[in-house]
Amino acid sequence: MEQFTGRVWVLGNDIDTDIIIPTEYLALKTIEDMKQYGFSPLRPELAGQIRPGDVIVAGKNFGCGSSREQAPEVVKALGIRCVIAKSFARIFFRNAINNGLLLIEQPDLYDHVKEGDTITVTVNEHVEHQGKTYPIASLPDNLVEIIEAGGLVKAMRHRNGLEA
Amino acid sequence: MGMTIAEKIIARAAGVSEVKAGNIYTVNLDRMMSNDGTTHLTVDMYYNKLKNPRIADAKKMVFIVDHNMPSDSPKTAASQKKMRDFAREHGIDFWEGEGVCHQVMMEHYVCPGELIFGADSHTCTYGALGAFGTGVGCTDLLYGMVTGTSWVLAPETVRFNLVGKLPEGVYPRDLMLTIIGEIGANGVNYQVMEFAGPGAKTLSVNDRMVLCNLSVEAGAKTAIFEADEIALEYLKERGREPKAVFSSDPDAVYAREYTFDLSAIRPVVAKPDFVDAVVPAAEVCGVRIDEAFLGSCNNGRIDDLRVGAAIVKGRRVSEHVRFLVVPASREVYLQALDEGLLQIFMESGAIVMNPNCSVCWGSCQGVIGENEVLISTGTRNFKGRAGHPSSKVYLGSAATVAASAIRGEICTADML
Repeated sequence: MEQFTGRVWVLGNDIDTDIIIPTEYLALKTIEDMKQYGFSPLRPELAGQIRPGDVIVAGKNFGCGSSREQAPEVVKALGIRCVIAKSFARIFFRNAINNGLLLIEQPDLYDHVKEGDTITVTVNEHVEHQGKTYPIASLPDNLVEIIEAGGLVKAMRHRNGLEA
Repeated sequence: MGMTIAEKIIARAAGVSEVKAGNIYTVNLDRMMSNDGTTHLTVDMYYNKLKNPRIADAKKMVFIVDHNMPSDSPKTAASQKKMRDFAREHGIDFWEGEGVCHQVMMEHYVCPGELIFGADSHTCTYGALGAFGTGVGCTDLLYGMVTGTSWVLAPETVRFNLVGKLPEGVYPRDLMLTIIGEIGANGVNYQVMEFAGPGAKTLSVNDRMVLCNLSVEAGAKTAIFEADEIALEYLKERGREPKAVFSSDPDAVYAREYTFDLSAIRPVVAKPDFVDAVVPAAEVCGVRIDEAFLGSCNNGRIDDLRVGAAIVKGRRVSEHVRFLVVPASREVYLQALDEGLLQIFMESGAIVMNPNCSVCWGSCQGVIGENEVLISTGTRNFKGRAGHPSSKVYLGSAATVAASAIRGEICTADML
């Protein structure tokens, strides 16, 4: 099973899509232009500090709010390997999967992890932090298929003969 | 086993006889809506990411420009042009300047029993007519547009039994904020809110839209009312027929049930920066405001404008307040014009704008600056939602917003 290790950034409860990418930057031309403003209402310096392979750990209801797909795209473009939260708002959840961004629901890790800690994720099995193991559920097969294809558009090209 | 209204709609769309919450179904979409928030992204993907793309059924598609209406920069003009050109080329219904997308959809398209995807989180509004409307991103919208289908993980349903009648001076907005305050911002995460009971019969379709519209702020996949005689009358007035009229079976399975007594509801306000930070309006009375907003897909309908106009009539908007009044659609605007409401607002010192999303989503109109305070009938009060990250948004009913605009600080209408 796929495994990776990453440095943790800790965010709180109810991290909404306006925090992930505020409305005023949605008119920028590309996600690359937008990503420097990711999380800026809450932590303006964060986007510049995130390094590829880092992991976000958050509380409940991550991604609540708008259906703007720029939100998971910005998180992915910043190089975040996965987001682990107590729970996710479901439009964001679906958009993240459709963009190939891995989300993991885990109820307890958030209460024990500190910013800067390192965790190891074994996909569909568990998260390891300071010697302690936190179990994670496996995703349904059709969602895994989408993530593994690299997002819904790529999955749909396979399925519907729209192969580029 | 019995099914809920939501399960029956999914079963209809999936062409199966039974749907169970927790299972994934492939569904035929009855309709898809996309607005200028993300349509340009869908169009880009259509042309750049797919080989030989096609649209399954253009008649199922509706494009509506409402988020930056009229355009406020060369960038938004360009993305709207992309949307307009695509719609014309492919024979997709296209509206601009007509109103907020969900209001336009309710006035012209939504039918009971339909399964509708909209690239906007407040697509859940359509449950007011007994349809299953849900918000999706632009990639899901693209998939639906190209294949005519999508997948749905059938959500559980939570039943909200409404009893009693709202007191004078208390509005559906107060009721829904009270419910969200009680169950929390993810209280019904990925569940359907089904509103039922004798209290539901006291609510018009417009009232029901207020409840369904805000259900996503409690994490709901969607919200739904049974398409009863009130809904069918609304439909008939607009010359439409239901796709299917469903009721929940007596033995349908609910994840939970709540009962709310409408007669016990009082004016409430959601404090910054969370929709579930709901307190009695009295608790925040006296907070000085810089701007007030009466509009949005939640509260920009004729009922709300009547309530607001009755309060500001013969009074002046506080000299330090900008009061934006934004009818939710052309139909609403014309009705308000006809009833003399817009004249009342203009005479009071309010700024009446064209139908659009306006400051509710923090773009195009009325964006607020550093440390400014807005009281709003908009959908959300997230940090920085209406402008500068340090600004604050309070949410309340049309009555509370209008009264606050006059007073210059948050107050309820009975305090004027």
